[in-house]
Amino acid sequence: MNIMPTVTDQALTEKISVRNLDFYYGESRVLKSINLPLYEKEVTAFIGPSGCGKSTLLRVLNRMYDLYPNQRAEGEVLLDGENILSPKQDLNLLRSRIGMVFQKPTPFPMTIYENIAFGVRLYEKLSKREMDERVESSLRRAALWDEVKDKLNASGLSLSGGQQQRLCIARTVAIKPDVILLDEPCSALDPISTAKIEELIDELKRDYTIVIVTHNMQQAARVSEHTAFMYLGELVEFGLTSEIFTNPRKRQTRDYITGRYG
Amino acid sequence: MILDQARFAQRKRRSFIVMALCWGAAAAGLGALLVILGTLLSKGLGGIRPEVFTQMTPPPGSDGGLLNPIVGSLIITSLGVLIGTPIGILAGTYMAEYGRYSKLTSVIRFVNDVLLSAPSIVMGLFVYAVMVAPMGHFSGLAGSVALSLLVIPIVIRTTEDMLLLVPNALREAATALGMPRSLVIRRVAYKAARAGIITGVLLAVARISGETAPLLFTALNDQFWSTNIFAPMASLPVVIFQFSLSPYEDWQRLAWVGALIITFAVLALSVVARWLGTSRVAK
Repeated sequence: MNIMPTVTDQALTEKISVRNLDFYYGESRVLKSINLPLYEKEVTAFIGPSGCGKSTLLRVLNRMYDLYPNQRAEGEVLLDGENILSPKQDLNLLRSRIGMVFQKPTPFPMTIYENIAFGVRLYEKLSKREMDERVESSLRRAALWDEVKDKLNASGLSLSGGQQQRLCIARTVAIKPDVILLDEPCSALDPISTAKIEELIDELKRDYTIVIVTHNMQQAARVSEHTAFMYLGELVEFGLTSEIFTNPRKRQTRDYITGRYG
Repeated sequence: MILDQARFAQRKRRSFIVMALCWGAAAAGLGALLVILGTLLSKGLGGIRPEVFTQMTPPPGSDGGLLNPIVGSLIITSLGVLIGTPIGILAGTYMAEYGRYSKLTSVIRFVNDVLLSAPSIVMGLFVYAVMVAPMGHFSGLAGSVALSLLVIPIVIRTTEDMLLLVPNALREAATALGMPRSLVIRRVAYKAARAGIITGVLLAVARISGETAPLLFTALNDQFWSTNIFAPMASLPVVIFQFSLSPYEDWQRLAWVGALIITFAVLALSVVARWLGTSRVAK
């Protein structure tokens, strides 16, 4: 199957390469021979109908599936050339390099400040002043600083849904990962919060490799450079977002983006 | 719509009957509680004097108080909680966090449910057989161990239940930051479940502070001041049991006072537990 992307002018580096990836929940094979590049400092969107495996694929990239029994991946996922599916891979270290933001905002039951400082402290020893700076810069990056700077000691749970989600992004950015995985980050948010998060994604891709799973086709078109369309556990088409949405090569892709199924 | 008057009237009648039964049941429960509290207050309140909290249990016919059983109860109960709580929390944590999908957990859960409903006198006999008999004498420590056997299943159950209520999304979010499992549990899951777990411990305290049967076989009693946990030790429930069955009026009066003290202590604990439980929901 020829799913290699169209060559573009700028040279793209593969931050992550997925090679012949199969994924199983118990006996059922839910990802089938996935091959996919994820380019450095770009946004790649995964789209497809519910149950197509896009979230599963995302959860392979930071091995989140390892938390649960009877789930296994076969094949290779190379992060800067190293296979992260290897048993030798330290999972905590991997997850500090590949951050993840979830569908529902998940602030920890602690203060706003601690929500951010907590993750940083796991891997870095910072002075009080350095930590203050880190918290501030992370909150600024997540466009939340102005709203919370006077109540850093309030509980993270006291924020609104959109603010909580930006807090989660700030928390992820604070540990300075290489890659950020976003699993339908806006599906629980109103349009204004969604717009803010999309702006944020645009900002963040200067420094990070971003992968976003979304059900919202316009969102995929707005924020991503490359798009992968998945259906029934297979990668149907991968290419430049502009081409996927204007001139898809596969009929299934066209049917999906024009709303014929899904 | 054509309303069938007879059917409608019958339904209203049924509704009224069921409603009345519900009210009756609630009233019976509340009434019993009120009668108990009322009796305790009328018989015990008159006996509450400073001496109750400063003097030892008297021989029949002389003045005295309940200082040694009060202190004994505090010691035996706190020691029982101290022994039982860590075991219960650790076991509950294993079941909810590490062994959630393992067969062992379902076995533990079943056995724990059996333990939860085991008669407390069995715990007393058990500790008598494995501790009191080999040591050759009764002791406050044996009483604490017997009570801890009642604490453990309660704490296991509430800890597991409360940890299962913590959304997996929260654990995943913590894991996604590169947090090791042990920290996810201690810093995130415990924090989210804290109020519930504390409530469970308080309920266990309330449960054991009135237990008599396990203490009769283990801590027995002591007429005098003693804080030696390796010796027999007085406790309020056992003193109430002994004094109320005695023919002496002054002993019976003290038994009522003891009952009043225990009941209101347990009531206060339950209120605190309930308050902690609801303030968690409110947040």
